This record gives sequence, C-alpha cells and structure tokens, in this order.
Amino acid sequence: MKTYTNTGNKDTRSGFGAGLTELGKTHENVVALCADLIGSLKMDDFKANHPERFFQVGIAEANMIGLAAGMTIGGKIPFTGTFANFSTGRVYDQIRQSVAYSNKNVKICASHAGLTLGEDGATHQILEDIGLMKMLPGMTVINTCDYNQTKAATIAIADYEGPVYLRFGRPKVANFTAEDQKFEIGKAVQLTEGSDVTIIATGHLVWEALEAAKTLNEKGISAEVINIHTIKPLDDKAILKSVAKTKCVVTAEEHNYLGGLGESVARVLSTNQPAPQEFVATQDTFGESGTPELLMEKYGLNAEAIVKASEKVLKRK
Amino acid sequence: MKSLLLQPKTTHTLNMSNTQQLKDLTTQVRRDILRMVHKVNSGHPGGSLGCAEFFVALYKEIMDRKDSFEMDGIGEDLFFLSNGHISPVFYSVLARSGYFPVEELNTFRLIDSRLQGHPTTHEGLPGIRVASGSLGQGFSVALGAAQTKKLNKDQHLIYSLHGDGELQEGQNWEAIMYAAGNNVDNIISTIDYNGQQIDGPTDVVLPMGNLKEKFEAFGWTVVDILQGNNIEEVLKGMAVAKSKTGQGKPVCVLLHTVMGNGVDFMMHTHAWHGKAPNDEQLEIALKQNPETLGDY
Repeated sequence: MKTYTNTGNKDTRSGFGAGLTELGKTHENVVALCADLIGSLKMDDFKANHPERFFQVGIAEANMIGLAAGMTIGGKIPFTGTFANFSTGRVYDQIRQSVAYSNKNVKICASHAGLTLGEDGATHQILEDIGLMKMLPGMTVINTCDYNQTKAATIAIADYEGPVYLRFGRPKVANFTAEDQKFEIGKAVQLTEGSDVTIIATGHLVWEALEAAKTLNEKGISAEVINIHTIKPLDDKAILKSVAKTKCVVTAEEHNYLGGLGESVARVLSTNQPAPQEFVATQDTFGESGTPELLMEKYGLNAEAIVKASEKVLKRK
Repeated sequence: MKSLLLQPKTTHTLNMSNTQQLKDLTTQVRRDILRMVHKVNSGHPGGSLGCAEFFVALYKEIMDRKDSFEMDGIGEDLFFLSNGHISPVFYSVLARSGYFPVEELNTFRLIDSRLQGHPTTHEGLPGIRVASGSLGQGFSVALGAAQTKKLNKDQHLIYSLHGDGELQEGQNWEAIMYAAGNNVDNIISTIDYNGQQIDGPTDVVLPMGNLKEKFEAFGWTVVDILQGNNIEEVLKGMAVAKSKTGQGKPVCVLLHTVMGNGVDFMMHTHAWHGKAPNDEQLEIALKQNPETLGDY
C-alpha cells in the first residue's frame, strides 16, 4: 500500500496565507479583504506587501461580500477572508444575490471551518457551510486537506473565472501532499489503491482516512483512499470508477452528514450504480468547546471512526 | 420597426429645447412603466414613476457613459440600482438610451425574458452590472466598484440609487460607515426619499429619524434635491453633488420625490408600490401622460 509521510504539522490557514503571498507577486489584479481577522487568516504578509490592494472592512461581513462583488467590476479578483461561519451563514443572501446569481469572480476564503477551531465552541464552529455553498448555482466548493494543498488551491482559484468557496481550518495537521503539486479544480486525487472499500474523504479527514487505511491493511482489508478536495463540481467519474471495483464506500468529512460531501457522493451512486455507503460526519448536531482532538473523537471524525465505518459497510456488500 | 431610440447624450449644456426633450422622454418613460406593469399585472409602478426624472437626467445628462455595454465599465461612469424593484423605470431608460431594443420592454416579467422582475446580470441584459432586489446590498457593491475605479486610476464616478425604506436594512450602514472611513469620494449615492414603503409611510413602518443628520454623522456630504420630480432641479442638484466629489468624502443625495408621480391617483400613497393598474386605470393614467416619443 502506498504510504505518505507527514513532513511536519502545519495549519491549512497558513497555506492560504502563503498562497495569497504568492498571488500578490504574480497577480496584480488580486485584492484581499478581511473582516477584522487578519492574523487568524494569515493575511498579514499580503497586507504588508500590498497595502494598496488590501482592504480592512471591519466587523462587517455583509459589506465585505458586497464590496468584493463590486470590485470585480473593472477586473479585480477579490479574496475575502474570515471564519467559515461568518463567510457563509452570516452572509448567505449577499453571496446568493451579489456574487453567485450575479456570477462575480469572488473567492470566498474561509478559515476555522468545522469542529477543529476547538475551544470557541459552537457559535464559531460551522458544520453546515459545505451544504450552504454547494446549493448555490455556479458556486465552486473546495475543502483542502493540508498546508501544501491549501496553498496550491489558493493560487489555482485565482486563474479560474467564477465564484469559489475555499474552506480550510485552524489546527496544525499533517502536511503530506506534494509541495509542488498542480491543483486541478474538480479533479479527485486517488491516494491509495485498494479493492475492498473506497474511502472518500475531504479536508482534515483525508489524513485520518490514510491512517485508517493503514489499520485496515493490517486487518487484511484493502482500502482505496480518494481525496475529494473539490466537492462541487464533484469528480463523478473517479468515484464511480473506484466504487465499481470496491462495491462499497465510506465518506468522511468534518461537516454535518446532511448537505455535505457524503450526500453528494450518495447522489452520484444512487443515480448511476447504487452501493452501500457509510457516513463519517457529524449527526445533525452543533459542536461544543474542547480541544480539536477530543472533539473529533467525541463526534466520531477520526481514523478509528473511519475503520469502524469501513468494517460496517463491508458487511453490507 | 419604428425608430424609438433617442440619440445618446451629446452635450452637457442645458437649454430650453433639450429640457423639453428630457421632459418628453420622462413622460414617455412613465407610459412605458405603466404599460409594462399593466401588461403582466405585476411589478412596481409607484417608485418607478417617482424616479423617472432622476433616471432620465442621469442617463441623458449626468453620466459620462459609453454607448456600448461592457461589464467592466472602464473609462466611464457607472450606475448601480440597489432597490431593484423599480426595474420598470430602469429598463425603460436603458432601452431608450440604446442599450437594447425598446420593443423588448414588451417582454417584462414574461418567461424567457431578459427583463426579469428584478434586474439581473444572469440573462445578459446590457446595462445591468449586478443583480438587485433583495434589499440593502447595492451600497456595498457600488462602493466596491468605486474602490476598483481608484485602483485602476479611473477618474470616472460611481452613481447608485437606494430606496429610503431600504435603509432599514443593516448592511447599508456597514457600507455607509465603510465609505467615509475609507474616503471613498468617487461615489454619489442617491436616496429616493419618497417616505413610502409597501406597508405604509416609512415613518409609520419604522421611523428612520433624520436621514440627513444620520449620513452627516457617518461622515458623508449630503445634498438635498427638494424637488426630485422637477428635472431642472434634479440636474442642478446632481451638478452640485458632482462638484462635491473628490474631496475625501462620499456624497449622498437626498432626492425628495413623490411615489407615483405623474398619475394623480397614484401619488402620495404607498398603495401603488407594488400594484399594477387595471384597464380602466391604465387608460386614465396614460391620458395624463400623452405619448411623446412613441410607445414601444
């Protein structure tokens, strides 16, 4: 089984910051907006290097989204930055009308997604954002898995014309994808080859899926791990190809099982080639305060949970 | 096809003859509005009628704009309509300014039309740069476009229009605060100050206090146009507003209008905010606004 090396834990939000720094040098039309969370979003460097292209909007997310939509008129490529909760739920109608329906080239970049922002609790954790964003016609939805991939995705979306939701997080997690990777929007990345079960993961759960695959391998179960960084448009072909072989699937995400990656995969399977599926996701609940590790354990979002789900789905084949 | 397109603005000089032309166009725009909403028995005639002079003045005299439409609008003044429900007046004036055929007004609110109930970029109608209708978003969008003008070193201005009742939406005040705090002085935002909204007078639905003092307290320069349905006064007032741009502060125009202006039974009431006239009412309304440039 192909294995991956963690080159050292890093936060995905820093990958975003590093990507933005690169864009500052290479794309003069990229502008950045932030709603009073420059440090949290790691936008300090872009701000320092390009003060004329950086817009501090204060604690006013609705205005930030509208400003970004307006800035596209005349050729700018705005990247907005705040927490995932304030990037989506708080400003849903602004994104819907001024960005998505108006087809504006805005990149909504959201940190602190899911449970892993930890101690701040449920007011700041959002487990509904993938659902909110993927329902918007024309919106591209990306959830990256590590530092390197987040940096690559940040750079890639600047060259894509259209609204994008880029979701990443706060904690330091394994950094294992290639530093020089080419990020292709909408293209699944097959990480391991397997024959018994397909594990389709996104975001922080991708590394957990790889850990789960190792454990399963020791138990004699061959798992094919697929990293779905783009939830919309979904790589239907890659999913169908893998499940045609394994005949069952586990989906894993740091998101509510309602409206997340799992439901998108279920739609693809049910309309093409139905197969048993287990969901590793939160079960229609809000989060709570705690350390990221303990929260992921309590809400069943780790390698152990993926192993259990895999064993369960195998029995349903 | 009758030639109904007016020539695009050719001069900024106002004289008796072109004032009469502007008045004639305004009357024709009123007829367009009434006929559009009557045909589909829906739409918002009240606010549209009240803003007819403003739109005619803006597109025919005030804005330095190109005849063709490009989304990026580089090298020209841009206009954003925030209170998208007054789409009839916007569509009529856009059509009669040459952005699309006047005959297309016939398709307002019908299936497969580019003239949606509320303006949208989605169907590719020339002249529209952002969707509006869900209220309170236009200030932010217009300010974003104004910031891009500055980044592009484009000296042209951004114009926007907002309902007074619309200012009850909180996002406006985020944007109004942002504009002054960031010295966005290349924007003229006009408030259609007609004192009416769907459920009644704004002072009854949710009193907003003294809007002039509020904008001034937020750091804006405020220009009152007390006779917003007198085209000469609109032109004078907007010229004053334009002279206040480029001085470090955003500029707000309080355009005092009468909802339903030009049709006696529609005036001074919220009753026609979102209601179309029936056949008999249309006939009376059109008699009060005789055909000038030719109906579509």
